[in-house]
Amino acid sequence: MKKFYLTFFSILFFTQASFALVKIDITRGNLEPLPAAISKFYMEDPSKFSAELKALKLEKKIPELISNNLKRSGLFHIIDPKSYIQSPNIAHVKPTFQDWALIKAQIMVSGKLVIDSKKRLRVEFRLWDVIAGKEIEGLALFATPSSWRRISHIISDKIYERMTGELGYFDTRIIYVAETGSKTQRVKRLAIMDQDGANNKYLTLGNELVLTPRFNPTAQMITYMSYFKNLPRVYLLNIETGMQEVVGDFPGMTFAPRFSPDGKKIIMSFAKDGNSDIYSMDVATRVVEQLTTHPSIDTSPSYSFDGKYITFNSDRSGAQQIYVMRSDGSNAKRISFGEGLYGTPVWSPRGDLIAFTKIYKGSFYIGVMRSDGSGERLLTQNYYQEAPSWSPNGRVLIFYRETKSGKSEIGGSSSLWSIDLTGYNERKIKTLTDASDPAWSGLLSK
Amino acid sequence: MLTKSLKNTFLVIVLGILISACSTTATKTTKSTSAGDVYTGTDTVQYLTTGVADRVFFGTNSKNLTSAAKVTLDKQAAYIKSSKISVVIEGHADERGTREYNLALGERRANVVRDYLMSKGIAKSSIKVISYGKERPASKESSALAWSQNRRSVTVKSK
Repeated sequence: MKKFYLTFFSILFFTQASFALVKIDITRGNLEPLPAAISKFYMEDPSKFSAELKALKLEKKIPELISNNLKRSGLFHIIDPKSYIQSPNIAHVKPTFQDWALIKAQIMVSGKLVIDSKKRLRVEFRLWDVIAGKEIEGLALFATPSSWRRISHIISDKIYERMTGELGYFDTRIIYVAETGSKTQRVKRLAIMDQDGANNKYLTLGNELVLTPRFNPTAQMITYMSYFKNLPRVYLLNIETGMQEVVGDFPGMTFAPRFSPDGKKIIMSFAKDGNSDIYSMDVATRVVEQLTTHPSIDTSPSYSFDGKYITFNSDRSGAQQIYVMRSDGSNAKRISFGEGLYGTPVWSPRGDLIAFTKIYKGSFYIGVMRSDGSGERLLTQNYYQEAPSWSPNGRVLIFYRETKSGKSEIGGSSSLWSIDLTGYNERKIKTLTDASDPAWSGLLSK
Repeated sequence: MLTKSLKNTFLVIVLGILISACSTTATKTTKSTSAGDVYTGTDTVQYLTTGVADRVFFGTNSKNLTSAAKVTLDKQAAYIKSSKISVVIEGHADERGTREYNLALGERRANVVRDYLMSKGIAKSSIKVISYGKERPASKESSALAWSQNRRSVTVKSK
């Protein structure tokens, strides 16, 4: 990742028996959010903290970030800290569970900041089951003043994991296209941010049109499409160095790129004489393989989580539908059979589902179906929305919407949205500018 | 009681109004229209030279050239041959589709025009092709009319 050297050690891994009385089942819809109290952390021996560190107010900021993450997941209800009775230092050592039960908390998170003998900052947290009256989990992490946000996200993931049995998705980043300007003179730039909107950074200047950026598995490379020098091609961008290079040596437009799950290949469409087929290229050897040879439009390819299959969009049946084929291009089978047009298929990292965009009777839908096409479920409907991307735990989808535009400058604005697999917790994601084409990274700490 | 001359003047005036009214409505209907799904008007159309429109329009999800399109392209072919220019064909799609598919659709539309021009004797080396998908709309409104104006292939003189 970037130069914040996160020396993180998980020492002191106190994991108690995992028979907590409280547990969240995130596959059920219409969940009652679990009431949680996130206590302010306390600084052990504040005299050891530098003025610069104290000014960061991490004892407040870290639990705030954790609260925001858990709240945004829709699975937790964070109880107002003003109602907390017990002070942070006691809560972290031996909480009086009645005090927490009184304000209706079912779980409580306490934490401590310590400067150790080697002048390193150590962040400890403990997750308590208020009803059972015991500790569920405890962890310590070393941090630097610049890595506290990532520490907060990692702690959030640990809490989420413990309570749901699923991996979290808070220590992640989102790549997207930042848009400005009128509809007929749109300026587009690649932008990257933490999943909660912080640390927004632009990766291109906006001089050329850029579209559909996607991460590689380590989140250190991006593949995207650019109209640099008015030649629409797929490119690779190294986030750390900023170096960009065109992918392959194709004599025509390449577009719709994605990485394979092992990061070794890029899969994309190549348009030749008006026909678009799917090709893959080995990133290291640059060997190119043609995967579809059909006179129809074949595009939007996406690998399955194990790299064995590819789902893609084709109009070989006469209209846009979703297909699945083996990763060598053989055995292509149509899987979408409902009414309307289907596009942008993307395979879940959990392997069970394919998310897609559906167009039917003038409306756009984000939906999911099983990889054999069964169990089609539409999650949300809108005037215009498309291009879902999965969170790394396969539980949340991010996508974008655009509003209608009129004769004047009003309308035509694009924004990022997320929704849970259950169809609940639909929310708008705040960005500094208009935004489109979002893609979710994997968990940064793996 | 109206005198005869007054009656005649009155009649002339009424007829005059009726005739002028007719002609106004006639011009209104030809301005911005669509036949089926394909735009047939002249708003947004530019010209390579006098009388030679620079673009043709398509139906939703279609790459078919209408007979009106072929008339335009015949004129383009004649102009390209006589002026010996090189051209770039830009293919576009409307906003009511997914972004990646629209890039492919734009490419398809641009190539259909290229193939037609080649069939009229234009050398392959004089024609380049580029798709902009739905990224460069000619009309920024969200309406059926605007969308039909955006489903187009535009022939541009090469620099």
